[in-house]
Amino acid sequence: MTASTVTPTPAALEISGLRKIYKNGRTALRGIDLRVLPGEFFALLGPNGAGKTTTIGILTSLVNRTAGTIRIFGIDHEKKTADARAQMGVVPQEVNCNLFEKVEDIILNQAGYYGIPRPEARPRCRMLLESLDLTPYRNQMARTLSGGFKRRLMIARALIHNPRLLILDEPTAGVDVEMRHETWQFLRELNASGTTIILTTHYLEEAELLCNRLAIIHHGEIVAQGSKRSLLEMMSYQTYLLDLATPLAALPDLGLPRIRLVDPEQIEVAITQEENLNQVFQALDSHGIRVQSLRNKSNRLEELFLHLTGKAP
Amino acid sequence: MSRTHQNWVGLSTLVNKEVVRIIRIWPQTLIPPVITMSLYFVIFGSVIGSRVGKISGFNYMAYIAPGLIMMSIITNSYSNVVSSFFGAKFARHVEELLVSPMPLSLLLLGYMIGGMVRGLLNGALVTVVALFFTHLDPAEPWVVISVAILTSAIFSLAGFTNAIFAKKFDDISIVPTFVLTPLTYLGGVFYSIALLPPFWRDLSRINPIVYMVSAFRTGILGIRTMPLTMAYSFMVLFLLFLFAANWWLLKRGIGIRS
Repeated sequence: MTASTVTPTPAALEISGLRKIYKNGRTALRGIDLRVLPGEFFALLGPNGAGKTTTIGILTSLVNRTAGTIRIFGIDHEKKTADARAQMGVVPQEVNCNLFEKVEDIILNQAGYYGIPRPEARPRCRMLLESLDLTPYRNQMARTLSGGFKRRLMIARALIHNPRLLILDEPTAGVDVEMRHETWQFLRELNASGTTIILTTHYLEEAELLCNRLAIIHHGEIVAQGSKRSLLEMMSYQTYLLDLATPLAALPDLGLPRIRLVDPEQIEVAITQEENLNQVFQALDSHGIRVQSLRNKSNRLEELFLHLTGKAP
Repeated sequence: MSRTHQNWVGLSTLVNKEVVRIIRIWPQTLIPPVITMSLYFVIFGSVIGSRVGKISGFNYMAYIAPGLIMMSIITNSYSNVVSSFFGAKFARHVEELLVSPMPLSLLLLGYMIGGMVRGLLNGALVTVVALFFTHLDPAEPWVVISVAILTSAIFSLAGFTNAIFAKKFDDISIVPTFVLTPLTYLGGVFYSIALLPPFWRDLSRINPIVYMVSAFRTGILGIRTMPLTMAYSFMVLFLLFLFAANWWLLKRGIGIRS
């Protein structure tokens, strides 16, 4: 095969110049460009009203776009809508199933809308119910499920047609810690099996744990996009909290910038990429100040997020 | 699997879901119309009808029976789709369909068939009730069947239009109360429009229900108050217009997309 005949693998999602102006005149998206590669676990982050849900709404055909193009695995979303939609599964921010239907029926009906007959869909449905611990509830009405299990039902429904691209809009909002960790594990395995995942979340810890690439959207524009590592390198400094072994009345002059006593038992220090924590420890040690433990003041991604969205204190 | 087959699976899933819904809530969908129509037969047919005398050679009970069956088909087809589709919009589970590859024309067709099933099922139940009060021997069975099917399809689509524009639950009862019921009552259910003075008779001709009731009565009793071709032409035109209009509304995303 010659170089000229090699066809590049199309992106799982390619958005160009996507704009959305609502009827009330509010501009939600100001021409965003986004590229998600096959197999990625991609996070789309942004504060409330930044344009995340509008972007997902357009992707899932629930919001009309004003301008721009979308390609899903190379398929034009506007010209070949049915083919493009068949590639995607969607887990919405809010539970949007018929709560008076049985759990299994909700999933099997969704399979039907994707053109999969019931006998063919049933084994995959059973497998998904099993994987998401929903089997005991399969004959119950959806309204009887707890919030966490309703969210899992949304995931099972989105996966019934085995989509190549899964879009998750706040999939663990309001879910307890244990169930959230189980969902993360399920999503990790799903991604490892080849499903491309796009996640929007308010839990930046979730994005940092799961995603390898991310974009930050603010005021309808992408303000940063890239690998998690490259974006974290953009941070000028990281802030740590040091818990002291013995209380301190006042902080002596340590010759370090960006260090302060939060309370008698805690010091806050910000470290640039050129500095390191050893310098801090040495300075503290020279004044007889012992540190018992340390931790990041906030999650690193959270710090980056606040920095890029101009909300850092 | 071909796209055609996938579409067929999608449509049959939606129709099945709608039919299951009708059956699941049968005390709301099947029983009330039977009770209401039984009361009509008792009050208008037996009590008042016995004093009215014959119309076009039939006693009043037999004369109103086709109109009451048609009234049941109209109101039930309409209310099934308006409540089901608006409910799906309100609870947002219509999104299950909108994100899927299923074409919008099939979504519309699925809801229309659901409405037709309920309308025709109620029509059949009211016919059974009617048989307790009068003798019905369809003069032209194919006219009866085709008019019932066309009418239920038309009013299912009309209910869909109402659901598209409805923003709150009040909106789905305004049209049935202020438009559908008056048109049905003035559509010749209880009387022949031939009995009306010329002005009111001509005015009645702009009421589409007049054609449906008249054609249905022709099918059951064999009375012709207007040419069947005219009635069929009106019904087919209405059907095509409503289907196209609803499809266009869906395509534009009116009432369902931001």
